[in-house]
Amino acid sequence: MSDLLFNFFAVFTVVCAVGVVVNKNAVNASMCLLLSLIGVAGLFALLEAYLLAFVLLLVYGGAVAALFLFIVMLLDMQGGKRPPFKRATLVASTVAAGLLAVGVLSLRPQAGQLPAPAEIPAIGASLKLYAYQLFTTYLLPVQIIGFLLLIAMLGVIVLSKKFEGVEDIK
Amino acid sequence: MFDFYFNLPFWLRSVLQGLAVIFVIFPLAGACSLAERKVSAWIQGRPGPNRAIPFWFAWVPVLGPLLQRLGVFHLMADGAKFLFKEEPVPGHVNKFYFILAPVIAMIPAFSTVTVVPFGAYFDPSHRLIPLALANVDIGILAIFAVSSLGVYSLILAGWASNSKYPFLGGVRASAQLISYELAMTLSVIPVFLWINAPDAPATLSLATVVEFQSKPGFWGGTWFIFAMPLSAIIFMISLFAETNRQPFDMPESEADLVGGFHTEYGAFKWSLFFVAEYSHMIVGSAVFTLLFLGGWNPLPWLSLAKFAELVHLVDQPLILGLVSIGIFLGKVVVLLFFFMWVRWTVPRFRYDQVMKLGWQKLLPLAIFNLIAYAIGIAVIQK
Repeated sequence: MSDLLFNFFAVFTVVCAVGVVVNKNAVNASMCLLLSLIGVAGLFALLEAYLLAFVLLLVYGGAVAALFLFIVMLLDMQGGKRPPFKRATLVASTVAAGLLAVGVLSLRPQAGQLPAPAEIPAIGASLKLYAYQLFTTYLLPVQIIGFLLLIAMLGVIVLSKKFEGVEDIK
Repeated sequence: MFDFYFNLPFWLRSVLQGLAVIFVIFPLAGACSLAERKVSAWIQGRPGPNRAIPFWFAWVPVLGPLLQRLGVFHLMADGAKFLFKEEPVPGHVNKFYFILAPVIAMIPAFSTVTVVPFGAYFDPSHRLIPLALANVDIGILAIFAVSSLGVYSLILAGWASNSKYPFLGGVRASAQLISYELAMTLSVIPVFLWINAPDAPATLSLATVVEFQSKPGFWGGTWFIFAMPLSAIIFMISLFAETNRQPFDMPESEADLVGGFHTEYGAFKWSLFFVAEYSHMIVGSAVFTLLFLGGWNPLPWLSLAKFAELVHLVDQPLILGLVSIGIFLGKVVVLLFFFMWVRWTVPRFRYDQVMKLGWQKLLPLAIFNLIAYAIGIAVIQK
């Protein structure tokens, strides 16, 4: 039963993720993104990481993907014509694909190196353990990501607001 | 009787529980629509729906006219009307999303009900067992997560209708629902900070929140609405915004948007939006009852355990279960009445007022409330 569900959610997630890239209609693409996120949440739930599953749904499913849809509707984006590939695009995509391949290969299970599943601490399973890890082991990454988001937010404010005089900054 | 039920195969029990959700929430939401019409009539000093009656029921002496005046049969007439009306699908819509939107509206509305505990009884060793379809450990998070998906039905309905007013309604809905989610989530954190004491097991379960409001002693028996009034007020206001109730019903405000996101909908598809809105209200009121109004405890400082001892029901799990469900439903009904009362009393906000209230008033207030209670709880629990 669990294997069947895993196969279902894994295939579902990947198919929807491909749909995000392939779809020309932006609304279809963001709905595929939502379905893909739900698939990932299902995978987390199968791993008994219910907390992660629901946080993923709450933050990405309920807010981020909904905001994508909001922006798509507000700007009324249509499929439109795609500009032809430039050489720089080709080089960049080859490098990115190579990096992705190296990343996936480095995760390949090597005999004796990966710990048994039972030894991996189930951080996502318990609320208390998860919070404790966030505030101790992973404190620095959390702060860095928070800082990155802050920079992005400041950038949006600077770009979207027209500052002309000293009066506007107040 | 219990044994017979628990001996059924798992899939059959799941199907029965799913059907129970539909057959309880659907009529309850319908009853809410009737109550809404009656309450509005009462507030505005007019009789309200009081005509419809099947001709053979009019022959029943006292009961017939009484039910007629209460408008009970309008409920059935309305339901039948929605089913038998023509289902119009305008030619200019995106058909797939147009039909999908009301279906999506029903999913979060019905699936959040499953994790709401609605009563309790005592097992033979006098331990309190909460009644719920799924008593999960992350209750409140599950409700927030699944109900946050409800925004898609409004956005998609507005977008797929492919005309101006629904579109504006959809855009308003997405901005409003996401804005108030923040204040709502932050406002309940003090409650869970309090129940997750350093030595207690970590939980977000709603049943545990009720347990904490039914402890002996003065502070143990205090409902959280008295201990954390600011949280309760912020949660209530956000609840109004999240359920699209007046004064926050921007997505469908009839005065400026005709019907908002459901302008192009008719017949049964429209009624699905309607049922979804009322079931959101029911679930929202139930969560408010559990968090701040002591759940199934009859009165503040009078827990269900003490109440059961007073009326000698500790060893009657079936009767006590029904009594606790009755107490819980009573509180929910009072809150539903409050929703309607506000709707027919307070005028609708302007959209910029809604945004200003959410971001500039409620959110800072919720953050201040959280920090103040975090410090206070840390000092008390030390």
